[in-house]
Amino acid sequence: MRMLRYFPLALGNINVNKTRSLLTMLGIIIGVAAVLTTLGIASGAASSITSEIEAQGTNLLEVSPTGGGQGGTLTMADARILGDRDDFPQFAGVAPTYSGNATLVRGANDAGGQVRGVTADFPSVSTVEIADGRFLNAVEETNSARVVVLGHDLAGDLFGSENPIGQEVRIAGDLFTVVGVLEASGGSAFFSDDTTAYVPLGVAQTRLFAAPRYRGELTVSSISIKVAEGYALEQAEQDVEVALRLLHGLGQDDDNDFSIFNQASLLDLAGSVSTTLSALLGGIGAISLIVGGIGIMNIMLVTVTERTNEIGLRRALGAHDRDILVQFLAEALVLCIIGGLLGIGLSYGVAALLTALPGFSIAVTIDAASVVMALGVASAAAIIFGLYPAIRATRLDPVEALRYE
Amino acid sequence: MESNNGQNGDAPVIAIDGVTKTYQMGEVAVHALRGVSLAIHSGEYVAIIGASGSGKSTLMNIIGLLDRPTSGTYAIRGQEVGQLGKSEQADIRNREIGFVFQRFNLLPRTSAQAQVELPLFYAGITGTKARRRAVDALTRVGLGERIDHRPDQLSGGQQQRVAIARALVTQPSLLLADEPTGALDSKTTAEILDLFDELHAQGLTLVVVTHEHSVAERAGRVITVSDGAIVGDALAAQPTPAVTATNGFGSVLPTLSPARTAVAQ
Repeated sequence: MRMLRYFPLALGNINVNKTRSLLTMLGIIIGVAAVLTTLGIASGAASSITSEIEAQGTNLLEVSPTGGGQGGTLTMADARILGDRDDFPQFAGVAPTYSGNATLVRGANDAGGQVRGVTADFPSVSTVEIADGRFLNAVEETNSARVVVLGHDLAGDLFGSENPIGQEVRIAGDLFTVVGVLEASGGSAFFSDDTTAYVPLGVAQTRLFAAPRYRGELTVSSISIKVAEGYALEQAEQDVEVALRLLHGLGQDDDNDFSIFNQASLLDLAGSVSTTLSALLGGIGAISLIVGGIGIMNIMLVTVTERTNEIGLRRALGAHDRDILVQFLAEALVLCIIGGLLGIGLSYGVAALLTALPGFSIAVTIDAASVVMALGVASAAAIIFGLYPAIRATRLDPVEALRYE
Repeated sequence: MESNNGQNGDAPVIAIDGVTKTYQMGEVAVHALRGVSLAIHSGEYVAIIGASGSGKSTLMNIIGLLDRPTSGTYAIRGQEVGQLGKSEQADIRNREIGFVFQRFNLLPRTSAQAQVELPLFYAGITGTKARRRAVDALTRVGLGERIDHRPDQLSGGQQQRVAIARALVTQPSLLLADEPTGALDSKTTAEILDLFDELHAQGLTLVVVTHEHSVAERAGRVITVSDGAIVGDALAAQPTPAVTATNGFGSVLPTLSPARTAVAQ
């Protein structure tokens, strides 16, 4: 490795001009740190969005009537038919729900929230988990009992640090006994179930919200479906669509009077958004790296001019074209590598700082692949931008160079 | 690597024959050298003297393989070198010629030892071997105690001694000095010229290019260049010191080849 001899030489020359070397490296330092930090933020954001979506379950479908909760055409009959395991073995669970907004009152405390009428098997088609007590049971469902399961935040708002189990809350004038409290869903406000109260479906449809009927059947505001294991989500989604179009008597030219929401497609969307985001941020960072590289070229050109006499001397002492070329390339490369390493250090510092920042919910994650890539790009920049000054150095006429003051 | 490896020991160190150099300055052709022939033998101490613009610098650049003759031949120790490629010429410069410049041309903020190791770096010699040779060369010019000093910690005369050590470290066939005392006061000039005498006494071949007669007088042979031609080539009045003279540098001297120790005159 004959070329390696040039690196101590380059380090020495860089050391001789510390301030200038540091200023030259600044472009690369900032460039590398910018690339790594922005990519880290993008990937941190992507993974936090992905985990939120995954927390909602990726084998779940939710059918809702077009135009929202009330006055729709989605009914208990639809849920009953889709829930027939003989006809639809691809659905492991089908749960109709009916939601509305109501204020929950307990003593002096009150809290607004969504009240959702559900069946006893709702937990099997959703990601709700019981923290305390139990979920609604089949008897309560059948009897339309006045019982309620509270979302995590709702329980906190109404009962503070007290144990809510067995206590009563008032919803729309009726008293309900709290039988369970849910785990915090951990999601952001957008996806949160933490302010929802769950009551038996019949109570919500008749007692609380007076659900309209459609073709003699009580309407529902959604049907949650869990796709059985071994069945593809996309196929299941199509099956739901075909069945509902048939049940609703829609002709070939009619639009769906319902919509099907699936978590997996949201995941895809989030994925493509984060890829675009990474590309955009990485691109901006890459531009700053290029600017840094041009800074190196600029300084290397100055260096070559300043050291014309030295180049002449080295020629006289027996340096070949290759020696001069490699000497200046090595200097550019060492500048870029040191700059790159400092940039990597800086980006880890910034990442730690941002992550520790209160109110900054994204964990900035700098992965090894981006570090390697950033170093690679910095080195490539060094060679590309160092080449021209280095070639200029080899082109100098030794006699002229020695005479240069 | 011995400097005269594989070359004819009887051939002159420098043999220039019918060399011309013409520069094209726009429309005008400037004849810097108009047919110069010159032979310098091993162990000679030669001064090339001439006024500014006489062509002595061009001659020196050609001898130093920093420039190519327009026509004519140039051989070092019998090997034709004038028309070699850039890369081969660099190797010959490294091996055969030690340069000393008017302004010393030392690298800033670099130790004397590192300065002297520089030609060895290009010869592919590094590490302890290079260090030992550099220290030997510095000792030879009387700077054995100052190997770690940087140029800004050395006087002008000491800086020129570092440059001379750098020129000697590859054990070249020829030491080529361009106005070596031009930047020095008279006392330091005398010291450097004394050092040249010592080196000559040890068998080194020296060519000193100067415009000062007092410097030229120290050489055994004075070649006068004027208007691109040699107009005078005379032996000095005083005989040069005998090459066999003993001196105090015996233990640190590089091995001298028979070709070098032979007196040419």
